Amino acid sequence: MALLWLRFALACYFIGLIYAFFALTRTSDLFSRIALHAASLGMVFHFVSLSELFLSGHVVWASVHNGESLLAFFSMTFFMIIYAIYQTTSPGVVVFPIVFFLTFVAALDQQPVLLTSFVQHKGWLIAHIILIFTGYAALVLSFGASLLYLLQERRLKAKKASSLISFLPALEVIDQIGYRSLLLGFPFMTLGLITGSILAMSTYGHVDFLDPVFLLSILMWAVYMVMVVTRWNSGWRGRRAAVLATFAFVAAIVAWAANYFSTIHRFAAS
Amino acid sequence: MRYQLIGVNHNSAPLEVRERLAIPESRLPDFCRDLTAHPGVEEGMIISTCNRVEMITHTTNGSADLRGFLHEHFHLSADELDAHLYEFREKDAVRHIFRVASSLDSMVVGEAQILGQVKEAYATARAVGSVRSQLDQLFTRAFAVAKRVRSETAVGSSSVSIASVAVELAKKIFGTLQGKNVFIVGAGKMSELAARHLIAHGCESIFVSNRTYDRAVGLAHRFNGQAIRFDDLYENCDHADIVITSTGSPQAIFRREHGEQFLARRKNRPMFFIDIAVPRDVSPEMAKLDGIFVYDIDDLQQAVSSHVADRRHEAELAEAIIASEVERFEARLYTLDVVPTIVSLQDHLETIRQAEIDRVRGRMGPLTPEQEMAVEALTRGIINKVMHTPITTLKTAAREAEATTVIDVVRKLFDLRDKDKQPGTLDSHKGKEKGTRHG
Repeated sequence: MALLWLRFALACYFIGLIYAFFALTRTSDLFSRIALHAASLGMVFHFVSLSELFLSGHVVWASVHNGESLLAFFSMTFFMIIYAIYQTTSPGVVVFPIVFFLTFVAALDQQPVLLTSFVQHKGWLIAHIILIFTGYAALVLSFGASLLYLLQERRLKAKKASSLISFLPALEVIDQIGYRSLLLGFPFMTLGLITGSILAMSTYGHVDFLDPVFLLSILMWAVYMVMVVTRWNSGWRGRRAAVLATFAFVAAIVAWAANYFSTIHRFAAS
Repeated sequence: MRYQLIGVNHNSAPLEVRERLAIPESRLPDFCRDLTAHPGVEEGMIISTCNRVEMITHTTNGSADLRGFLHEHFHLSADELDAHLYEFREKDAVRHIFRVASSLDSMVVGEAQILGQVKEAYATARAVGSVRSQLDQLFTRAFAVAKRVRSETAVGSSSVSIASVAVELAKKIFGTLQGKNVFIVGAGKMSELAARHLIAHGCESIFVSNRTYDRAVGLAHRFNGQAIRFDDLYENCDHADIVITSTGSPQAIFRREHGEQFLARRKNRPMFFIDIAVPRDVSPEMAKLDGIFVYDIDDLQQAVSSHVADRRHEAELAEAIIASEVERFEARLYTLDVVPTIVSLQDHLETIRQAEIDRVRGRMGPLTPEQEMAVEALTRGIINKVMHTPITTLKTAAREAEATTVIDVVRKLFDLRDKDKQPGTLDSHKGKEKGTRHG
């Protein structure tokens, strides 16, 4: 049943995906309202799906697909928070496709991997997953904002009055969205990695530093930290910030993809 | 009507060309004198603003070599310049001047500033004596037409000005303008207007810097702002989020290295430069820096182009007014041309009447006052009746192309050619006839 709800959510997110492509070429208040309502409805289905999984008593938190579903939900939550504050749907241009992709993968029938349950430290596991996914979701937003910043900056520099200019929020608003997401996400990501390390330590008695998931996660965190520090100290924005955000985002994706061949998350299997 | 006009504006020439033709205010009187001294030019006036440089002349034969004047004075070759020039003669020149004064030819259609600039140019040229009767008539009428356009159409209302466009762009960068700082460099009227708009939208601190410190103090006082000495400009400029610059400096005053300094001190927070100076105050190299957004006068034109469509209807009404005013002006000029002939004719017939009365007075013997009055009335009545048709024909013909022919015929019929010919009158008609062919 949880999968069915998730597929309903996917259908709603699909409208968001269409909006994301549409918004790149023209502005439509009506369509952005439709996309927003569809995304809200999708979140309701998504929430039902996640709740059902949780209440079913099966410990499925550590499933890759459920993780992707959770990340998609968190990303949408961030998007909605930003909408509530700034009244702009423009981050959806980046967020909607990512959310759709994550939900799409999670809604596949097949559950290829694998991360079977870890029952001894369930509280730690839940904390780890929620923290890390909140960090990821913030990173998605920050990445999206940095791309939009770049886009708006280029448009303003090109001095062309295009529809995108009116569609995108002001440069400083985009900057604030990115920066706040960054500041919010960093502690979550840090704590998420710490709890993950504690879990690994308690399971194996050591942390496998050569595991690709660990290495890539550390790399992602390091880039994340560089982003925060350069922004804090030198106010890096625009192209440099976008390069860093893209780097961190790619590292995050690769780190997540590494779950498909890493053993670090297969606690129960060990 | 041997008006001849040559120039460039924001539509015909890029900023790079206009920069090279721009004439500083201080040199305008000399240029006016030079223009009037140019072969074939009787009267001359120059309008030089950031959007246009135009030479308006009244010539001896309707075809003075004004291009030659530009090539000579601006050291520009024909290849560099001619493609950007427009030239109007006669009626077209009159229409163009009416359109310029009425702000129909402006970058921002309907903006009020251009009329003031034309008036200043007129005053300058008049002061040096390069504007006399012909250009005086033209511009006096142009000012009246501008007033009529403004009062009878809405082309000047809901002002889409450079200032309001600047505010809109600033909002695209900063979102809200609450608490933003504005730096005015060069205390010009346009900068002042832009600053007023920005303050109205929430900008807080205003800094003013000008080469003449007293002017900066005066302007800063009006905004409750702070005057900054020009030497301290670079140390203070990074405090501003928005810089409006309009100095008369021949070189860029903001260069890449300045932009880098500002960004470093501001921790890369964006800065918005509104460069309304011609030549530009901000170097193109600085505009390439991330976080520095520069809009010069041409960029602002692009930004306002969407607004211009809204005014199209009002502009059409204004164009109709201009068209009728051009006709009126032309007719009036022609009427003025026939006046000397009418006066000559009246004088001529009056002389004949007086001579005839004197001749017959001896034969009639003394007359009573009543009889004197009766003779006066009788002879005047005859003269008036005789003159009525030629005068009416002259006045009617004045509005037509054959005015010159009719004037000549009347002069021949009444033998006015030599004794009553006023200097320039007939010549001017011949010139006019030649000139009309240009139009």
